Amino acid sequence: MIKRFVTLFFLLASPALAEIKPVEVISPGGIKAWLVEEHSIPFTALEIRFRGGTALDAPDKRGAVNLMTALIEEGAADMNAQKFAETRDGLAAELRFGASVDTVSVSARMLTENRSQAAELLRLALTQPRFDADAVERVRGQVLSNLRAAEKDPGEIAGQSFNALAFGDHPYGTSGDGTVASVTSLTRDDIVAAHRMALARDRIYVAAVGDITAEDLGALLDHVLGGLPETGAPLPGPATVGLSAGVTVVDFPTPQAVVMFGQAGIDRNDPDYFAAYVLNEVLGGEGFGSRLMTELREKRGLTYGAYTWLADYDQADLLAGQFATDNRTAAEAVDILKAEWARMVQGVTEAELNKTKTFLTGAYPLRFDGNAPIANLLVGMQMVGLPLDYIATRNAKVEAVTLDDVKRVAARLIQPDQLRIVVVGQPEGLAP
Amino acid sequence: MRKLLTGVAFWVACAPVALAAEVTDFTLENGLQVVVIEDHRAPVAVQMLWYRIGAADEPPGHSGIAHFFEHLMFKATDDLAPGEFSATVKAQGGNDNAFTSWDYTAYYERVAADRLDLMMQLEAERMRDLQLTDEAVATERNVILEERNQRVDSDPGSLFSEQARAAQFLNHPYGIPVIGWRHEIEALDRADAEAFYRTYYAPNNAILIVAGDVEPEAVRAMAEKHYGPLEPTVDLPPRARPSEPPQLAERRLSMSDPRVSEPYMMRTYLAPNRESGNQKEAAALLYLAELLGGSGTTSLFARGLQFDDPKAVYSYAFYDGTALDSGTFGLGLMPLPGVKPEEAEAAMDKIIADFLAAGPDPVAFERIKTQLRAAEIYARDDVEGLARRYGEALATGLTLKDIEDWPAVLQSVTPDDVIEAARKVLDRRNAVTGWLLTEEGAQ
Repeated sequence: MIKRFVTLFFLLASPALAEIKPVEVISPGGIKAWLVEEHSIPFTALEIRFRGGTALDAPDKRGAVNLMTALIEEGAADMNAQKFAETRDGLAAELRFGASVDTVSVSARMLTENRSQAAELLRLALTQPRFDADAVERVRGQVLSNLRAAEKDPGEIAGQSFNALAFGDHPYGTSGDGTVASVTSLTRDDIVAAHRMALARDRIYVAAVGDITAEDLGALLDHVLGGLPETGAPLPGPATVGLSAGVTVVDFPTPQAVVMFGQAGIDRNDPDYFAAYVLNEVLGGEGFGSRLMTELREKRGLTYGAYTWLADYDQADLLAGQFATDNRTAAEAVDILKAEWARMVQGVTEAELNKTKTFLTGAYPLRFDGNAPIANLLVGMQMVGLPLDYIATRNAKVEAVTLDDVKRVAARLIQPDQLRIVVVGQPEGLAP
Repeated sequence: MRKLLTGVAFWVACAPVALAAEVTDFTLENGLQVVVIEDHRAPVAVQMLWYRIGAADEPPGHSGIAHFFEHLMFKATDDLAPGEFSATVKAQGGNDNAFTSWDYTAYYERVAADRLDLMMQLEAERMRDLQLTDEAVATERNVILEERNQRVDSDPGSLFSEQARAAQFLNHPYGIPVIGWRHEIEALDRADAEAFYRTYYAPNNAILIVAGDVEPEAVRAMAEKHYGPLEPTVDLPPRARPSEPPQLAERRLSMSDPRVSEPYMMRTYLAPNRESGNQKEAAALLYLAELLGGSGTTSLFARGLQFDDPKAVYSYAFYDGTALDSGTFGLGLMPLPGVKPEEAEAAMDKIIADFLAAGPDPVAFERIKTQLRAAEIYARDDVEGLARRYGEALATGLTLKDIEDWPAVLQSVTPDDVIEAARKVLDRRNAVTGWLLTEEGAQ
């Protein structure tokens, strides 16, 4: 039977590609969007991104963009928070707002039945948020509660310690949620200023998928976004990744140590990006079968999961990863991690390359399986500057990666003398 | 605003209730139940195999064996090397995983639709032909101990939930954590695993859900080819778990941990589950949870505790009724800094008492009804979610008819149904109230 499985691999090696062909829509007012019309379910998924995010915060106003974003749904125009929520829920519209380091995001799902009313609500939220004093205090209290919890969460401590080491004084070096002190001192004026900085027309990306025509989408975008200011705040400059080899232990009483590690990465538009993508997949990619997962989990039972990723921030790139292991086995696991990092300098084997290419090309079409996930992918593509026909060409780029490409990128990318490992816990045999 | 609400009322009155995808079902001769859910928008297929076996079916003293077994299913069979299962799925670009609950253990693969046959071949292979070794069992036990470390022991909130759940059930094994108590996980061995496997991993104890870009006839042919030859377990034991005696005494717990930054309260009440042919009470309880603590802005808890007279950072309510033997109704809050725990809890109890006296606000009730109807439209965008909905319901004693009736049952609930269900369930003799405290707060 093993033989039969192998034969099947071969026969089925190239999967059917999803026929997702977005079109570019330019609204009468000049707002660009990617659209996939899909009329079988009576709703539209709309994704809007504003480039910038929490990295726009001034050093003494950390957390302002995050708090502002959390307040967008807390009242707009003549509606207080209660009225706004009642109206949204009465329309069964979903309007979600989020802030990350590089973006403020809006994820909306609107029924065809009442789309114009839902869009009007979104317009008011984005262009006329109230930031009422009671809403500011209530939501500030929630943010502060999360921040105090993060101070006692080993995963959060690991992430923040690592970012501080990697990015120093750059906004990426501290949490975009701010600190208890910075969030406590934010004023309503700071929140209004954050809104003015972050939501502007010079940084908008849009994707829509669902029961909507190009014409209707154009009109909707002009209505919803047309009232925003032309320009927002300048983006922060590039961040330098200042990592050196070594282990940083953060003492924290917990039975299981959290290990976060990384070094400088590679730009999304680098000609060798796909080779690096393959390399990362072999090192610590999705699911089972990566080198780290095999060595740490499958062979030795040292962890529940070990992963690495290429972090493509707008102002920096990282190759980073994480796992958790018992304090008693942390030193052993860290040694294995270092050895795998050093081994990766040599590149990958032909078998690993082939296996990874088959996985990546086969997995790609599976991402496009619903209006909401497709809209999310399409808006992300625009933000990294990919062309409209990217979906149809992407697998060929993966297929084109050769053993030599991976070898070249491995020699250039993998830097064991820059691998910083942060361990949060009380690991035995690792000095703080 | 008036105009908006009128528009909504019109829409509610006219929209069709049933918006389900194409669903086909059949049963193989060996007892395997098969459900096919069609969604041809993307060339993707999901196979889910649900076994009617979960943590509540474990032999006493062997907690965690159902979940442990879920991990072992990725080891060797007589025809597959260790790890080959996932490697094969991955080589097709697919992903696979599994999950365990008190009532079921489920395995799934998500692949390009033209790979479904191979996925069935693989899944059928490990239903009966797993080959365990002591070494594989020992290594995987360490992985599971690390999983417990990561998910439970590193998180005081999870540890506390575990204690509270154990207090909720006086006799039913729903009180035992799915992952198992640490000391019992440490003692699980190959003999435990093999006995469990031989009995419960059989076609007549499983439900196959295939969803996505698939044709029912083709699925039937593949299922007959791969699953058809598998032998059923002839003396499959009935799922008879110890049942709860009347709960007469309110239970209260408190725990403190240095890793807790701020105190919070959670309370669960023993509640009816969705019963086959009789889902009305469960539907009413879903409304009750939404009315009391569904929205962080407009629910009664949010209004009372976060807006009108702020005492809480957050508050919530939930109802979990998709279970074989018993559901739970839950609520909770985190007090604002400076507000005493007992003061916040009393304010929440006053809101409940007022609600029981006054009944639901009709406008809020209609809003929730509208959202539940819309949820059916949004649900159609996620065929994997639909597959889970079917699998979970079928594995917990519901029928296809119950699943298909559910949206209409939800729409038929009246405010009187809600108040009746609330009076029955919101009785603190059925409840466990727990406070997780900071170290300072406990002193």
